[in-house]
Amino acid sequence: MKPISERAQALRRVIKAHKRWDVTFGLVGLLSMSLAILTLVALFSQMIIDGAPRLSLDFFTSFPSRRAGQAGILSAWVGSFLVMLVTALFAIPVGIASAIYLEEYARKNWLTDLIEINISNLAGVPSIVYGLLALGLFVYAFGLGQSILSAGLTLGLLILPIVTVTTREALRSIPQVIREGAYACGATRWQVISDHLLPYGTPGILTGVIIGLSRAIGETAPIITIGALTFIAFLPPIPFVEGAGPFDWLFSPFTVMPIQIFNWTSRPDAAFQVNAAAASLVLVVLTLGMNAVAIWLRYRLRKNIKW
Amino acid sequence: MSSTVTLPEPAPRLKAESRNLDFYYGDFKALKGVSMPIYENQVTALIGPSGCGKSTYLRCFNRMHDLYPGHRYDGAIELHPDDVNILDASVDPIEVRMRISMVFQKPNPFPKSIFENVAYGLRVRGEKSASYIEDKVEAALKGAAIWSEVKDRISEPATNLSGGQQQRLCIARSLATDPEIILFDEPTSALDPIATGSIEELIGEIKDKVTILIVTHNMQQAARVSDYVAYMYLGEMVEYGATNDIFMKPKRQETEDYITGRFG
Repeated sequence: MKPISERAQALRRVIKAHKRWDVTFGLVGLLSMSLAILTLVALFSQMIIDGAPRLSLDFFTSFPSRRAGQAGILSAWVGSFLVMLVTALFAIPVGIASAIYLEEYARKNWLTDLIEINISNLAGVPSIVYGLLALGLFVYAFGLGQSILSAGLTLGLLILPIVTVTTREALRSIPQVIREGAYACGATRWQVISDHLLPYGTPGILTGVIIGLSRAIGETAPIITIGALTFIAFLPPIPFVEGAGPFDWLFSPFTVMPIQIFNWTSRPDAAFQVNAAAASLVLVVLTLGMNAVAIWLRYRLRKNIKW
Repeated sequence: MSSTVTLPEPAPRLKAESRNLDFYYGDFKALKGVSMPIYENQVTALIGPSGCGKSTYLRCFNRMHDLYPGHRYDGAIELHPDDVNILDASVDPIEVRMRISMVFQKPNPFPKSIFENVAYGLRVRGEKSASYIEDKVEAALKGAAIWSEVKDRISEPATNLSGGQQQRLCIARSLATDPEIILFDEPTSALDPIATGSIEELIGEIKDKVTILIVTHNMQQAARVSDYVAYMYLGEMVEYGATNDIFMKPKRQETEDYITGRFG
């Protein structure tokens, strides 16, 4: 073998020096990632160890109680479910409609630019601010009271920007030639939207909706602000049962999972801490489950949509 | 310039005619007084270097520019036999698009089934009869010479087809509604030579049923498929004539320079 030329030797030295940075950064990155993952694993496993033994059917079907062993999360999960229902019914249509308007109807000018920037800003407003707004607006000005309806609308407002922004992104990712192709067939604007943009945008829109709802389900501050109860031993009236009207439940007092957890953690009795861990476990599994559904839906639906 | 046009015998009927057509994108005047005839059941090709306004001109015929702000038409495109100026503000662009369909540069099938792609034009017209739609879809797919390739997988996503098949599907989509004119905007520029050949052959076949206006940057293609050619440059129509005349004995020096490849 011929001796290596001086030029090649010089290059090899330089490459070797540069590659040290490759290794260094790789290690730093690995360390950072382990820190994040380990924290998560530690938190999660502590929660499982503490909470899992407490989980039983009774835990889901019992009201909160002064005795930790008999307390359950019935009113909390029913409350969370009903509040989410109102949130979804409000935020999904309004969020999607405003995204469609901004993307397909509104003229592109400084005003729509301003609106767009502010919608993104709204997504970053601290949730307690939404709570204060809702306390003034829904609870007092509209007289909706400290009810499921107020809470649902509040969380609906909170996730509205998330739904709007993801819907706009979903619509924007549809190539312009698809729109032009539909218009060239003689479609009206609404036909283009309902026959093409909404179906093709569905994976993205659904992802946004679920991410929004899984954010809403863990929110505590705005719900406390509008006056959710921390101890509640009855369920909202079931429509048409015992003379209840179909919408009476909307105006019922309520509690939600995060508030129940907060309430239990603030008790001195250690047995309540176990309840809190169990309830947290339920909430976390619920949130992770919703996110998993979002990922699965996106994967399933996108398989059939390509350009 | 229409006074200088020599027609081959027998003279075909006039299907449409643009008269002094100006078009503006905002302040930019993209088309300057374009006048030319479009003959029925003939292929008229628009050629010229990039940016000459040939696509802009084509997209006036189905009012595609109306989708975007800042557009303005001046002059007229008269559609015969009813002599309506399709650029007039009183004419709904949707009506124009229902009479004049379009095939795009890049195949753009909808991410729906092959059947639904072709049926879409009928559906937006409010057609409900399933058997009528099925017949029209089959006829359009046969007309676009793709029926034998797709008849066994008519419910599969159209996006599974190859590029050339997708473009023929798009031609079927535009044929299904019996348009009076089909606009082709560089329909083969995204295709390989074999697929290009089959599209060109198809254009020759469907012109018995429909009038064709095609934009192409490929002069051999214009020579192969068209009966009439318009050479455009910088938003103006430099020369219009029968394809043989334009390619064999162009009247204008600029046209000759372009078609002989000395310019463009």
